[in-house]
Amino acid sequence: MMHVVQRVLPGVEERGGTAPKETSRGYGDGPAVVVRGLRKSFGGQTVLDGIDLTVKSGETLAVLGRSGTGKSVLLKLIIALQCPDSGSIRVEGQEVTHLELEAMNEIRKKMGFLFQHAALYDSLTVEENIAFPLKRHAKMADSELGDRVKQLLSSVGMEGDLKKMPSELSGGMQKRVGLARALALEPGVLLLDEPTAGLDPITSGEINELILKVQEEYDMASIVVTHDLHSAKTIADRIALLHEGNVLIEGTFKDLEKSDNGFVSEFMKRDS
Amino acid sequence: MSHNPNIPHRLISQDAPQAPSFARATFTAVWNPINGFLEWFGELGLFAWQVLRAAIRRPFEGRELVRQFDEIGSKSLPLVALAGAAIGFVLALESRSSLVRFGAQSMLPAALVYSIIHETGPIVTGLVVSGRVGAGIGAELGSMKVTEQIDAIEASGVNPYKFLAFTRIVACILVLPLLTLAADFCGVLFGWLAETLAEPISLQRFINQGFVGTTFRDFLAPTFRTVVFGLIIGMIGCFQGMRTQGGTAGVGRSATSSVVISSLFVILADVILVKIILVFFS
Repeated sequence: MMHVVQRVLPGVEERGGTAPKETSRGYGDGPAVVVRGLRKSFGGQTVLDGIDLTVKSGETLAVLGRSGTGKSVLLKLIIALQCPDSGSIRVEGQEVTHLELEAMNEIRKKMGFLFQHAALYDSLTVEENIAFPLKRHAKMADSELGDRVKQLLSSVGMEGDLKKMPSELSGGMQKRVGLARALALEPGVLLLDEPTAGLDPITSGEINELILKVQEEYDMASIVVTHDLHSAKTIADRIALLHEGNVLIEGTFKDLEKSDNGFVSEFMKRDS
Repeated sequence: MSHNPNIPHRLISQDAPQAPSFARATFTAVWNPINGFLEWFGELGLFAWQVLRAAIRRPFEGRELVRQFDEIGSKSLPLVALAGAAIGFVLALESRSSLVRFGAQSMLPAALVYSIIHETGPIVTGLVVSGRVGAGIGAELGSMKVTEQIDAIEASGVNPYKFLAFTRIVACILVLPLLTLAADFCGVLFGWLAETLAEPISLQRFINQGFVGTTFRDFLAPTFRTVVFGLIIGMIGCFQGMRTQGGTAGVGRSATSSVVISSLFVILADVILVKIILVFFS
């Protein structure tokens, strides 16, 4: 299989056209997530076959690919919800593949995860959902915690829905609350699994704007798994296209558009 | 390739699959369920170890524990009390006719109290709670598993074995003896009601006759049994719930299997523990 990996140096023109910012936490600080030779199989079927990826602080990488190519598995491996067969994953300089649970939980505090269907705790209110990680990891007085929850909800435009239950929220609202919960501990790495899946184009646009806003505000490394090419173009600095368990091409949106690889052209054409 | 047309092809073909022998088929049919059962037990052991490891580390999730006391204890109380009352009432009616036949109706309060405290109260409470709570835990955790809520808890850096399993198991262990006392109380009260409908007797006299010769030790062994029942119900419910696979159908299967397996184990534990108690406490 041919691998057309077009790596992009920092500072190139993109995020759909603009260069990623140089920030206090970003770019100069080195890679936030480094994945090397990552392999994962399920019952003899190889899903990831030696993936290499690097995401720097302050940078957003979109991972694209057909269904079943292991995009969501990649995110779950990074946050150690699943174990790889082999390979290395370093998050903020620390190897996470063979950590004890307690040590892994310390690293998880530095990471936020937005699940595909938000995965809000359905027995808790919106307020309690956001407070869940704060209560356990942030040493805060109750009043301080309440203010932080309100601030997080306000940053995702949900300040009026504190007492609602997840079942009372629409899909887009659940994603917003899920994003606020992922941001609660001010993570250095944000993992987003299909943030716009199942949403109408207007709500998808709103979620994309929200992701851009929080990226600006929190300045963290983000990995976004998506099928939505428009979303990838809007929010990502770089894009990696997975195919047959490998990164087929990695570069800016323009690099993908210009690629003469048959699968890449087909993918870009079908999705646009 | 050619071959002798007189020889059937199946006799010379190297590729033809060998029909499994009867012995092999029988062995497979017998071994597979045993293997499945042993695997299930092994996984249950690993699960119990994970819960135990999580239990001894901070934080102790006190708020969640209190919430589970309410969920498992307070909300099971009406059903357990009703079951206890019904058993007491029926037991009094049924026992009366037998005792009257032998002219021993004055023994009814003592027989009723002994029966309820030693056997009927604990086992009825165990089965009622395994039905209500076992299904509830299996379905709730199963639903959390398939909607990735358990993954979300883990991704937040919180140990789900402690937050979800340990709190529920401890709540079951502590609540079962209390619920059993409630079932015993209702059983005795409604036993008296049934008796007094047939032959009026004051509650005080009924209790005096019923508890004659009963000591604190009589409550200890059944209470110990209900602690084991609580452990079984909590552990099986959490285990079946947290290993759910296969969407909403899987949630249904987890709820059902939680009830069936925990009820079976409660009955099995009752048989074994009664024997042990008779050996060591009599």
